[in-house]
This record gives sequence, structure tokens and C-alpha cells, in this order.
Amino acid sequence: MYEEIASNKRKSVLLVIGAFLFLGVIGLAIGYLFGTGPLGLVIALVVAFLLATWSYFSGDKVVLASTRAKLVTPDEQPRLHNIVEGLAIAAGVPKPKVYVVPEQAPNAYATGRDPEHSSIAVTEGLLTMMNRVELEGVIAHEMSHVVDRDILLGTIVATLVGAAVLLSEFFMRSWWWGGIGGRRGNDSNGGGFGLIMFAVGFALMAIAPLAGQVIKLSVSRNREYLADAQGALLTRYPPGLISALQKLETAPTAMRSANNATAHLWLNQPSRIPGEKNSTMERLFSTHPPLAERIRRLEEM
Amino acid sequence: MSPVLWIVVGLLAVVLLAGIYLFNRLVALRTRVDNGWSQIDVQLRRRYDLIPNLVETVKGYASHEREVFEHVTEARAGAMAAEGVDQQAQAENAITGGLRQLFAVAENYPELKANQNFLALQEELTGTESKIAYARQFYNDQVMKLNTLVGSFPSNLVAKAFGFTTRDFFDIDDPERGPVRVDLTPGT
Repeated sequence: MYEEIASNKRKSVLLVIGAFLFLGVIGLAIGYLFGTGPLGLVIALVVAFLLATWSYFSGDKVVLASTRAKLVTPDEQPRLHNIVEGLAIAAGVPKPKVYVVPEQAPNAYATGRDPEHSSIAVTEGLLTMMNRVELEGVIAHEMSHVVDRDILLGTIVATLVGAAVLLSEFFMRSWWWGGIGGRRGNDSNGGGFGLIMFAVGFALMAIAPLAGQVIKLSVSRNREYLADAQGALLTRYPPGLISALQKLETAPTAMRSANNATAHLWLNQPSRIPGEKNSTMERLFSTHPPLAERIRRLEEM
Repeated sequence: MSPVLWIVVGLLAVVLLAGIYLFNRLVALRTRVDNGWSQIDVQLRRRYDLIPNLVETVKGYASHEREVFEHVTEARAGAMAAEGVDQQAQAENAITGGLRQLFAVAENYPELKANQNFLALQEELTGTESKIAYARQFYNDQVMKLNTLVGSFPSNLVAKAFGFTTRDFFDIDDPERGPVRVDLTPGT
């Protein structure tokens, strides 16, 4: 467990360094092409610094907002609050904040930067579908992510990938509109600028699948098995989580608020296509081990 | 200085560092045990507060089940007066048993089971029961670690020198997990 925590912190730092290097190279390239020298690099490093600080301190808020999670009080959800508080006591960590996501597919995730600043979100579907023991199993799994600091790594990955997608779209679009403007307009400089924008956007686009691979590697499947096992240790009752996972197998997975940047955070991989199980593409880039295998390992405990 | 002196100084430094490490570990564990105990205490108090409300609510529907009410009320008074970990654990067992009886009785009164106040109290008590169980689990884990350290060599030397002692486990003799397991889930 302590090894896991150390490895998660190490990977978080490596990811941030990777983002710095990546943006730095882009900055250098822009500076070189424009002939402005180190200015591009300086701007890129400032952007990288802001991005890193922002994802550390408010990554959880971004993730919660992007899934449209709503904070709930103990009066609104007494059962959920009681379970979260109980498992926080069992794990010896402060009680995380409790959120509900307005989605019918049963699912859950945890986010934050450390156990003192953590949140657990569950979908409405999970609340209606699971009984107390099953809900305890699911929350115990999420609590293990909190204890192991998986939440910090997962949240940084989510914000960095989200930012990369946004940036690449920004550059591609600016080339598109810049290109049209250039054709209509007068100066030849605009064409060169547009070309650079396109190059940067293209580079980012090429990086996007690679980023997907990075997520797959850093948020490895072992993490989910480990959280399952630790969760079962917290409740001292593996059948609870087993029964919850069995229900997930047959339940719908489509969620409106699912996207590539946050897919790895969820208990069960969300699908973006309504009324359909995960598509081949999604399976190819799957961030989660198959449910059947997770159930088998829990049954062996 | 001669090499022998260096070796002696080196050994002393290692012993001192090991001593400091063990001392800090003992202090950390003792703090966690105390913290675990206060967690249990908070939840037990919460249960004492909920019981009179529950008894009043059930009385309104099942007034002739006097024996059950008396049993729970007595158990509560006994637990509040209990001293020491062992005695406390015994008294809490009595409460858990009494509550189980009370909820079993409630099963026979459909109107009671539909009462919103009763349902809210039942959720609160079930939640508190499981929190007690989890707090007990955390406390016992920490006690086990502390007792192992206090009892084993060489940490026992440090423990003895600074007055660290073993602690009692908080035992509840229940075949399963202790809490009353009442499931009120819609849709199952």
C-alpha cells in the first residue's frame, strides 16, 4: 500500500514533467519558426506552470463539474452519507465530500488530491440499483482509491488530457479560420502564421492517441484489482462488491457526461453510445479490466 | 581518534537513531489507538441519543410490547454507566441484542414500517451500527499493531523505558459483524 502511494506520487510528478517538456518543445518550435527566440519557450513554460498548478489545486472541481456532479447533504442522502462516513472511519481518513451524478447508468468515481481533499461521486442509477451491502462494496472500492492517492494521479491525467484536447482543437480551428481569412485578406504573413498553427494542431492531434496510451499505462488495470481487494478488506465482506459488480455486468453503461478524459476514473468503464455496450474502439482503448475477471479474483479471496 | 573509537561512536549513533524511530512509531500508534477509541465513543453516544426517540416512535404503534422497550432502555442505561473497554463492549452487546429484538417486533406492525419517522430512525441506527463496527475494526487493527510493538524485541525496551503499555481489544461476541442488518433498499 505504501509502495502504491509512493509510485502514484512519482508518476504524478513524471506526468507533470512530461507536460512541461511537451509544451516547452512546442514553445521552442514556435519561437524558432517566428524568429522570436526564447519568448515562445517562456510563454509555453508559463502556460505549463499554470496548467500544472491548476490541475493540482482545482482538478477535482473540474472533474466534478464536467460530470455534472451535485453535492448532496446528509438529509438528502442519509444512507449514502452513512456508508461513506463509516468506510472513512474504517480506512482512518477524513470523510470525503459526497456527490451525486444525474445519470441512470450505475457507476461511481473518486477524485481529489489527497485524503484531506477528496470527493466521492455516485450516479443516481447506482443508488437505485444497489442495496446497502453492495453500495458499501462500491464505496469501499472508491475509498481505497482515496487512501492509495490514485485520485491525485487520475485527476491530473483527466485535466491534462482534457487540456490537450482543448488545445489541439483550438489550434486546428484557428488554422481553419485563419486560412479562410488569409485567402480573403491581404498579408502573406497570415498564411505563414496559419501554417504554424496547423503544424502545432497537427502535432497535438498526433499526440492524442499516444496520450491515450499513457493513460492506459499509468492508470493500469492492476490499480482496479488492487482497489477491489483493498475495498473487500475494508468491509471484510467480499460478497458485497462481487454482487455489485455482477449487477454492473448486465446494467447499461451509456452516460451523457462520459468522455475520454475522465473514463479511467469511473468504477466501470462508461460508454458514450446510448443503448449499446462498449464499442470495439472503446474496448481497444479500455482503461478497465473485464468485470468477469474482477469478480473471479474477488471470489478467490 | 582511533578507529575503535569511531566504531563505538558509530554504533551508538545507530542505536540512538533506532531508538528514536521506535519511540516515534510507538507515539504514532498510541495516538491512532486513542483516536480510534474516540471514534467509537462518538458513534456510541450517537446511538444513545437515537434510542429514546426510537422507543417513543415504536411505542406509539406497539404499546403492549413493554418487555422489549424495557430491555433496550435498561441496556442503554447500563452502557452509559460502563467503564473500561471490556465492560463497555459487554454493555454494547446488550444494546445491539435489544435493538435487534425491537426491529424484529416492528416487523409485525405494517403501519409502523410505513412511518417516515421510523424509517429515518432505522436508517440512522443502521448507519450508526455499521459505523461502530468500522470504528471498532480500525481501533482493533491499531491496538494489534501497538501491542505487537510493545511486546516484541527490541521495541519492548523503548516501550518499557517510556511507559507504553498494551491496550485491550474492543470485542463484540457476534457470529457475524455485530450491526443489525436491516435492508430497506428500494428495487431489490
